[in-house]
Order: sequence, then C-alpha cells, then structure tokens
Amino acid sequence: MRYLFKTSYSQDLTIWRHNGDLFWYGLLAAVMFVLPFVLGTFYIGELGAVFIFAIAGVGLMLLTGYTGLVNLGHAAFLGIGAYTEAVLLTAGWPFIVTLPMSGILAAIAGIAIGIPTLRMSGLYLAIATLAFGQIVATVLEKWDSVTHGFDGMPVPIPSIFGVQIQGATGVYYAALVVLVFSLWVACNILRTPLGRALVAIRDSEISAQSMGINLALYKTISFAVAAFLTGLAGALFAHYVNFLAPDSFDILLSIQFLTIVFVGGIGSLHGVIFGALFVRLLPQAIAIARDYLPSKLAHLPGLEPSVFGLILVLVILFEPAGIYGRWLKTKEYFQAFPMHRRSAFRRQRTYTRSERV
Amino acid sequence: MADAARLLQLIINGAASGCIYGIIALGFVLIYKATELVNFAQGDIMMLGGFTAFSLITWFGLNYWVGAILAVLITAGFGFLLDVIVIRRVMGQPQFAVVMLTLGLGFIFRAAAGIIWGYDSVGYVTPFTNKTVKIGGLILGADSLSVLGGTVLLCIVLYLFFSHTRLGIAMQAASQNQLAAYYMGIPVRTVFSLIWAIAAGVSAVAAILLTPISMIDVNMGFLGIKAFAAAVLGGFGSIPGALVGGVIIGIAEQLAGFYLPAGFQDVTSNVVLLGTLILLPQGLFAEKMVKRV
Repeated sequence: MRYLFKTSYSQDLTIWRHNGDLFWYGLLAAVMFVLPFVLGTFYIGELGAVFIFAIAGVGLMLLTGYTGLVNLGHAAFLGIGAYTEAVLLTAGWPFIVTLPMSGILAAIAGIAIGIPTLRMSGLYLAIATLAFGQIVATVLEKWDSVTHGFDGMPVPIPSIFGVQIQGATGVYYAALVVLVFSLWVACNILRTPLGRALVAIRDSEISAQSMGINLALYKTISFAVAAFLTGLAGALFAHYVNFLAPDSFDILLSIQFLTIVFVGGIGSLHGVIFGALFVRLLPQAIAIARDYLPSKLAHLPGLEPSVFGLILVLVILFEPAGIYGRWLKTKEYFQAFPMHRRSAFRRQRTYTRSERV
Repeated sequence: MADAARLLQLIINGAASGCIYGIIALGFVLIYKATELVNFAQGDIMMLGGFTAFSLITWFGLNYWVGAILAVLITAGFGFLLDVIVIRRVMGQPQFAVVMLTLGLGFIFRAAAGIIWGYDSVGYVTPFTNKTVKIGGLILGADSLSVLGGTVLLCIVLYLFFSHTRLGIAMQAASQNQLAAYYMGIPVRTVFSLIWAIAAGVSAVAAILLTPISMIDVNMGFLGIKAFAAAVLGGFGSIPGALVGGVIIGIAEQLAGFYLPAGFQDVTSNVVLLGTLILLPQGLFAEKMVKRV
C-alpha cells in the first residue's frame, strides 16, 4: 500500500496522484494505440462503439453523477449531434468544423432544456427530460426536409487533414481522441471551483446556495457541458452507424446511458469506462452464452433486455457504488489483507429526505 | 351541425382514453403521496394485469366479470409482494435510485411477459366489444362509454374506501405524516405495501377497461409515459387532479390528431407536460407546499 506524503496544497489538485498513475495510464494509452494492429475489424468496431458510449457517458456522469440531475432524455443530445454532423457534412462543411458544431448545437439544446428545468429537482426533472427526449425523437422522425424521416440519412465519409476517417479503425481512432479529450475536460472541471460547486449542488442544493453558489448558473453550465460532450459522441456515432434512422434515439438508448452511469459507479470517471464496456459488451456476452445454454432458454427473444433490467436492479439493491465501487472494495481487501474490517464500507442507513412540509 | 357532432364524438373518445391515462396516473399519485417514490414501472404492471385477465378469460374460460375481478386481485397481490420484496429495500436512498430501479423492473416485466405470452397483440371479446349506443343523434361506442362508467365507479369505490374504512383512513394518515401515524399504532410498512397493492390493482382495472378499445401487447406499458403528463398536470399528489389531467390530455390528443398535421398527436402529451412544468409547476390542483430545510 502506497502512502502519499503531501508537502504542498498543489498536490491536492494534480491530475495524477503519483508517478505510478502516470505510468499505468501511459501504458494503457499505448496499448489502445497499437490495438488496431493486433485485433480484428469486428473487435475494433465494438471498441469504437464502447468509446463513443463512454464519451456520452462522461457527459451524463458530469450531469447525473456529479451534479445530481437525472436526465432521462440523454439520447436526444446524441441524436441532435448525429444529425447535425450528417446534415452539415452533406452540405459540404469540413469535418474539423462539423464535429465541434455538433457539440455546440447539442449544447444549445442542453441550455434550452436546462433553463426551464432549473426550478425542478429530482423527480420532476426526470419526467421533464423524459418528455424532452420524446419530443426530439418525434421531431427527428417528422422533419422530413432535413432528416429525411424514416427513409434514413446516409452519412458522408469525413476527412481531416487529407486523411479519410473510414471504417472501423478510423472511427476507433477518432473516438479514442475525443474520449481522451472529454476525460481531460471532465478531470479539469472536477478540480476547479466549477467542479466543486457541482458536487456541492449534488450533495445539498440548500447548503450549496447558502455558500454562495449560483444554482441556476452552475446547473445550466452542467447541462451545457454534458450536452456538448454527448453531441461530439453523436457525431462519431453517425460515422459508426453510417446510416441514421430516427428511431435509434429513443428512451431505451437514454436508459442505456443511465445504466452506464449507475452500473459503472455513480460519481467516478473510471466508472464511465467500466459502464460503457458493460453496456456494449453485455449483448455480445449474451450472444456467446446462447451457444452454451439449453436451447429452450437460449432462444428466448426477451433474454437481453431482461438480463439488462435484472443487473440494473441487482446493482441498485446490492452495490449502489457500481463496478468501480466493487473494484475499490476488492483493492482495499487485498491491500489490507489480513486486517480487512467488514465495517470499512458499511452502508449507512438513511432516512428518506422528504420534499414536503 | 355535423361539425358539432364530430367534435362531440372526438371529445367523448378523447375523454375515454383520457380516463385510462387518469387511472394509471392515479396509481402514480397514490404511491407518490404515500411514499414519495415514483413507480416508472406502473405502465408495465398495467400490461401484466391486462395479460392476466386475458389468460384467465381465454385460457381458463372464465366469465368476463369473474376473470376481470380475479385479475385485479392477482395484480394487487403482485404489487404487494413487489413492495415487500424489492421496493422496501431502497427506502431512504436517493430518489433517482428508485427511478432507475423501477425502470429496470419495467424491463424485466416486459421481457417476462414476452416470454410467457409472446410478442403478438392479443385481445378477447368483452361485453362491450363492437357495440354502439345511440343517444339522440349521436352514435357512441359502448367501449368508450364502458371506460367512462368504469372510471366513475372506480372513483366512487376508492372515495368510499379512503373516507369510510379504517384501513383507508390509516392510509391517509400514513401518507400525511409517517412518524405520527407510526406513533398512533398504524403499521406503516404494511400500509405502504397495501398502497402498492391498490396502485397495481387500479392499473389492472385500467388494462381491463382498455381491452375493448385496443389490443393487449407487451409494449402497452409506454402508455405510462402519457399518464405522467396527466399526473403532472393534475399536480402530482392530487387524486382528482390525476383524473382531470388525464381527461384533458386525452381530449387534447384527439383534437390535435384531427386538427393538426401528423406527428402532433404523438407529442401532445409531452408538450402539455413540459408546458405545465415550465408555466405551472404546481399543476392545476396543487397542494400548497413549501420546501423545508
């Protein structure tokens, strides 16, 4: 076990806790970089999808995990980003402009939904974002002149500095770069006063307000940043699927994003990566498991959503800190090995915080 | 004149589907009032109730009325067990944990229903199917009228239950102040489970009333989203408000479908919902609430 000896306050603010972190993350980055030379196209494509979901997950983690605002319409931001990318690229804009534009347009949508919902909390916000998500999904369906409705919309192949971003490998690298960028943004937000304010709002709006935090401003910023990152993910998603259909941005996708945040571990950026791996790889694992199950069970059509729902329920009931929380507990167990105390991570019993008089 | 008749018919059809939204919303409101939890799986519980009635009537050949009553009782028992086994454990956790939990339960219910009853739409013959009633110059479907009548009856029964029985009054007490009710010797936990039972039973009633109008299928739980609009419009926490909100949403939807271009009907309930939350966050029938520190 490593004990950090802090000699200055600036050590509290560093991104890397110690040089070991730098080494391991550097190694991870190097492995990620060479992976396409080793693995087959199928796995690279799947990993690219994991990255795209992780980018959107980082956005939702900032909003839900760190600011405490539940968003049941997150897929709408992804849809706005994806369609902006497709429409602008078709109009002949260069990729280097369309990618940030997707993010910016989604961020504007995020502010548009953020401002009217400022006064709402918890439950009402969940319901309002649910309605927002459905309205955007319907607009994407019916606005034929721009989105081509159910005919779908092909996405042109973009190029950046003369290099075409094409196929699974191209999307993989583009998504990797954007994912690193969004993690960097999130890390930096979290160690500035902005991030501290967001966490304060999550823990108690009233105490945050009495510390002088402008709730409206910070909540709107949180919505805007989350939507911006998800818009970027949407642009990459457009290139991942190559052909946009309006019904792919429905409530089920929003719930998948929330699953990333909850199963990964609420309030941790590591959790986003674990959650995205889980959400994208679970269907593959189920497909593989079908071969080994008795045929009657294997051919049930509802197997995938029910496993999804079951894991979500079990995580909330038994491990509210998610996969990352479980990882921390396991690590602690081995670090402290014979001295582990059961009470180290005991959940405190709390009473329902009433919103009524 | 024809136009007026047309309008009246639209309004009655809208009111009928609105009653369904209202009854589902009633389930939300009952649970929210008592426990401050929101059950996002309410629509899926309704779907289970509909399928239960279908199997009792079609597979076991029971009479419509017997099958309907049995289905309501079975669904209510299911709601009771759901609270005892699952929901009770998350009391005291942040509200969005409960949102995710009930969403996950909804997935499980939908998949289970698909496994048991298949993914095709089913229906059964009710005493109200394909019959019309002539009132004056108006031709009205017996199915719409049965929904309206059923809703009124359900409201009377619920009103009498909550105002005249010991258990109903105990439930009101537990909703208003858990701690005080507990001190008065009311078994609050059991009462909460019973409220879940009533909410589930009520949603089964909605499914049974809906059957002559539309088929039962695995995805009918998405009606629950429209019921949210009804509950919010009515002020989330007001029982008459939920019903009035439902009827308003139902009528607005019918009128939007008739007078506005395609697509508007689908989003009517969502637009009303967002509009209500922005302009009138307390809803139409709000109880005055001030947040306490």
